[in-house]
Parts: sequence; structure tokens; C-alpha cells
Amino acid sequence: MKVSLFITCMADIFAWQVGKATVELLEKYGCEVDFPEGQTCCGQPSYNSGYKKETIKSMKHMIDVFEDAEYIVGPSGSCVYMLREYEHILKDDPEYSEKAKKFSRKAYEITQFLYEVLEVRNIPSTFKGKVTYHPSCHMTRLLGVKEAPLRLLESIEGVDVVPLPQAEDCCGFGGTFAVKNAVISGRMVDEKAHHVEETEAEYLVGGDMACLMNIQGRLTREGKNVEVLHIVEILNQFSNEEVKK
Amino acid sequence: MSIRISNDPYDKRIDKGVANDFMRESIASAQGRFRSGKLAASEELGDWEDWRSLGEEIRTHTLNHLDYYLNQLTEQVEARGGNVFFAKDAAEANEYIKKVAQSKNAKKVVKSKSMVTEEIGLNKALAEVGADVVETDLGEWILQLDGDLPSHIVTPALHLNKEQIKDTFVKYRGYDSTSTPEDLALFARKQLREEFLAADIGITGCNFAIAESGTVTLVTNEGNARLSTTLPKTQISVMGMERIVPTWEEMEVLVSLLTRSAVGQKLTSYITAITGVRQEGETDGPEEYHLVIVDNGRSKILGTEFQSALHCIRCAACINACPVYRQIGGHAYGSIYPGPIGAVLTPLLDGYENHKELPYASTLCAACTDACPVKIPLHEHLVRHRENIVELGMAPKMEKVAMKGFVQWASHPAAYKLSSKLARTAMKPWTKDEKITDGPSILKEWTKERDFPAPPKETFRHWFKNRKEEK
Repeated sequence: MKVSLFITCMADIFAWQVGKATVELLEKYGCEVDFPEGQTCCGQPSYNSGYKKETIKSMKHMIDVFEDAEYIVGPSGSCVYMLREYEHILKDDPEYSEKAKKFSRKAYEITQFLYEVLEVRNIPSTFKGKVTYHPSCHMTRLLGVKEAPLRLLESIEGVDVVPLPQAEDCCGFGGTFAVKNAVISGRMVDEKAHHVEETEAEYLVGGDMACLMNIQGRLTREGKNVEVLHIVEILNQFSNEEVKK
Repeated sequence: MSIRISNDPYDKRIDKGVANDFMRESIASAQGRFRSGKLAASEELGDWEDWRSLGEEIRTHTLNHLDYYLNQLTEQVEARGGNVFFAKDAAEANEYIKKVAQSKNAKKVVKSKSMVTEEIGLNKALAEVGADVVETDLGEWILQLDGDLPSHIVTPALHLNKEQIKDTFVKYRGYDSTSTPEDLALFARKQLREEFLAADIGITGCNFAIAESGTVTLVTNEGNARLSTTLPKTQISVMGMERIVPTWEEMEVLVSLLTRSAVGQKLTSYITAITGVRQEGETDGPEEYHLVIVDNGRSKILGTEFQSALHCIRCAACINACPVYRQIGGHAYGSIYPGPIGAVLTPLLDGYENHKELPYASTLCAACTDACPVKIPLHEHLVRHRENIVELGMAPKMEKVAMKGFVQWASHPAAYKLSSKLARTAMKPWTKDEKITDGPSILKEWTKERDFPAPPKETFRHWFKNRKEEK
């Protein structure tokens, strides 16, 4: 199966290891992964700020870049949801409406792809530890991916998943919200960080770099000893031979 | 009072809300109760999503045929001896109601909880003609005693705890008992009973008007709407023009969605219905009845991309789900309608000028959209508002520059690639121990509250390329 990696700008700039784990995971499950070099950002920051007309330019660029892709897979529920929105945003565009439809319908978040398309149920990862999972808002509520990441995490033998209190509450990132409404955002991430701490987990895990960066930033600011990991970093801890078993 | 409840600038209102730890604790615990109550009450039905779809369908149909149903409602109310008045704005509604009060030489008016009368500032208008309005909903009464304002559309005194309520009773009504809810409620009950008995006019809002029978229905847990509508001889109901259903059948669906979503109840303790004046052979009902149907900006929303905002049945599920409301409370919105629905409705009803920050008071986490029993895409409406604000040239200049720059960056792979390559170097002056604790420019706001990571030495693109070459 051919998969084109959508790295997301967050992972591209701040978390190369998330891209690496995504590529390796896909390959272990038999995918042939390519990386369209011309890709940029999904456009969500400007689109959600109300600059729709302007953003359409970068959206069309992304559609062109991934034109030949069979599947587009990325390590973010939020960014992938944005790719899925292209279809609706460009529905009246004479040149791009059909292209956007095709594009949106081949976009998957990585755990969603593993679970729904590759039908992976057990991950032979050797990762060990007590983890708590933050279900990011766009991933769960908008993309509708609730089961996949949790089931995959729980399938790992050495992983003990402890529930995060008030897990459904937003961490306060919200794109430009974090700087535009910094005071409110600060209270929100503070509450989230406290809930993470309450679980006494060693690791906070999530599927969206932006939310993780936000919560991690608060945890380090408060001097808390919780390691923050993207879910693929945990899922990917096994060798190529393991998967064939 | 009107829709706008504060002249303070947005930032000041936010700072005040965030600094109020008492209030934030009250809200957090109330949100917890409301959310678990709603979850249990909706799960009990077994097919909540079907109920939501039905609710949405009913609201969409009704709004698409609003003129028809309003006509039918009017005919039915008039056939039952009631008077119907269409008010195009707050001023017209208040004028009409003032005239009714004057014609009855009313000195005292009892009012059951109603958001639309808050929206039009009715109490103040009636005071101008010497009629004293007494709020009879417990929460509203507490606020009225202290000159405070509702911070929530279902539980208006949500921002107060029982100690604060006791203090208010002591200060204004010589209360001398404990702060247990039972004692406080009993005291209020005795005080309010006197008001009901002395009232010349009863005023109510309207949860759902039923077109086929000309009935206004009211949902309460305290029975105050029942007393307000049975004791005074003259009755006035005030409704937003969209608060209507075709028949009792649709009312049954919506009232279930309302009470389950609002407070996690199958039904509230009281559902009160008023249908015109007392007919021959009937034992209760008013001698004189007026239904005031308020537009006040609503008809402008019909037929626009925002029409579904008029689906709202005022259950506050979006407010109870909102993590932003949780931190700032209702007053911070500066509108009588707070929370996500307030951020959507307020600029529609009262313009962007005084409310242009509201559409940004959301992380777009969509908890509101998810919670809404009639499927209003609240977070999407907030994005549409932002688009309008940009279009109207009301967005901050700096933001405009930044966003245009961003789009250029995201449309030009060469520039994008270069920046990801140079990010680490660019951030170096502010980096210490692989993090930034006091960043420049827009990072300044971020780093006030949390650290920012330094871009790592390795980049994904470099790793991927090297690996391909190694293979």
C-alpha cells in the first residue's frame, strides 16, 4: 500500500522524531511511504482566524502537492481534520471542488489509518510505563477518532493506561487563542496540567503535537516530572520482525 | 439593561473573571454536575443522536416556515381572547408593555425567569411608569436584591455560592438563619409568596409557543411561573419570535431535549401552559392576556448562514460544556447571552462593534457543538464571525499582517522549507536548556504562561533524505 506522509508543520519544525516514528510504523505494516517535498501547512491557523479567502491559496497548493497520493497519513487529528474540511471549503470552486473531494477523502490520522484501514488491533511495542492519554478536541470531536488511539495504546502489554480526569476539556491551545487570549489559555492549560499530575502517570500521551506542546510547556514551567510523548513514539517501539509474528 | 451588560473593555472583563477564584470554583463544580446529569439523561434514551437529529429537523422546519406558524399562533391566541403584539425591537416591546401596565395602574409586577425580558431591559422600562418588577425565580431574585446580573441563561446565579447568597439575604432582607440551601430557599419562598399575592400583573417569558393551540409553555422547577400566571388577573408573555413549535407533538420532543440537556432531568417539576384568557366554564386563566412577540434583530438572521443559531432552545448545554466559560464566567462576555451561544448570538443581535472579541473567546474545541441538542454548529459559526470581522476590516492590523505572511509561507514551499531549516538558529537568542521561557513578539504571550520548545537540531526532512540515500 502506498502512503504519502503529511508531516504537519508542527512535527516538521519541532518534532522530527514524530515524523520518523510515523514513517517507521507505516513501513513495519507494509506500507511504501513517500514524502512529497513541496508540502507545507494545512492552513488551519489562518482559516480559523477568519482569513478564508487567503487560505484557499495554500490549500490549493497542498492539493496539488498530494495529487498523486493514494493515502495521505499524518500524525495529527487536528491537521488531518483540516485536510478533510478542504472538500467543504472548496465545494463551489469550479477548478478544485472535485480535486478537493478526492484529496479530503484520502486523508487519515495515523492511529485512524492503522486501526481502520490496516485493521491493526495489537501493537507489539515493548514500551513499558504508566501513561495517561489526552484526547485532543479536533481528533475526537471533529475527526471522530476516539477508539483507535486508546485501543492501540491499551493493546501494548507493558503499558498501563490511567484515565485522565476531565479528559474531554480542551487544553487551552486553540491556535491563535493561546496568544490572543493568553490569560484564559493559561488558566486552561494549568487545569489540564494539574489533572495530568493527579493521575501520577509517568507519561502524557496524545495524538496532536500542538496540544502536547502546550501541556508540556506548562508542565516544565511548573517543574513537573511527566514526560510528554506523541502516541507514535510509543507505538513504534518494536522491531520489523515483531510485526510478522 | 439590554443585551450588552458592561461598558468595561474585554480584557478587563476577562481579568476580572479569571481572578475570581470563588466564582471559578462554583462554575467548575456546577459544570461537573450539569455534564454528568446530561450524560445520564441522554444515555437513558438510548438513541440520543436520533433525538438530536429530530430536534434539529423540527427547528429547521419551523424556522423555514416561521411566518406561517407565527400567523397561526396569533390567530389562535386572538381566538382565545388574547392580544398579540409584534415588536420590531426592544423599544417597541417595552412601550407596549408599559402601556398595559399604565392601563392597569399596576404598582407591582411579578415576573418568572425570562431571558428575552432581560434582553430588552424590561424591568427598567416598567420602573419608568412606576411599576415595581419582582423577579420570582430564586436565582434571579437573589441577583435582583443585590443589583447583580445573570451569568448563565438557565441558572442565573451560578457565579455565587451559598455563603454569598446568605450575605445578600442578611444585607437586604434581615435574614438571620443559616447558609444551608433549605433554610435559604424557605426564606425566599416566604418572601416571594407575599409578592405573588400583591401583584397586579404577571409577566413570563416563553420556552415554547405552540402554534396550533395558541399556547405559551413554560418550564420551571420552582413553580414560580405557575404562581406568576395564576394569581395576577393580567398576564403578559414575552417571546423571542423564534421560540415556537407547530404542535404539541414537537413541543414534547423539544421539551425533553431541553430539560435533559439543561439539568439532566426527564422533565422539570412544572410545565405551565397559558392559552389566552379564561374562557366560560374554566376555573383559571387570566382576565386579560397579552403576547408580545419580539424580533429585535432576529428576522435579520433568517435566511443567512447563521440561521441555525435561531434553533437555540436556551438549554445552556453549550455553556456547561465550555472550558472557556469555566475560566471566565458569564459576566466576562459582556452580554446577557454568555458562553458559546452568546458569542454567536450577541454579535448577530447587537452588532460587531461592541462584541467583536466574543467570536475569539473560544478555542474552537467544539465541545459546544457536540453538546447542542438541536445541532447548532456553534464553533463553525464562530469562524464565520471571524471571517466577517476580517471582511469588515475590524481585525487587528498586526494580525492581518501576520496572517497574510503565514499564508504566503504556507503557499511557497521554498520559503517554508527554509524557515523550518533555520528555525533553530533563529530562536537561538532566546533558547536556554532546549526551551524558551521568555520569547519575543507573539511568543511573549505564550511564554507568560508556559515554556516554548526550541526547534531540535535534527529535522525530519534531513533525516528522511539521508535515510533514503542510505537505502
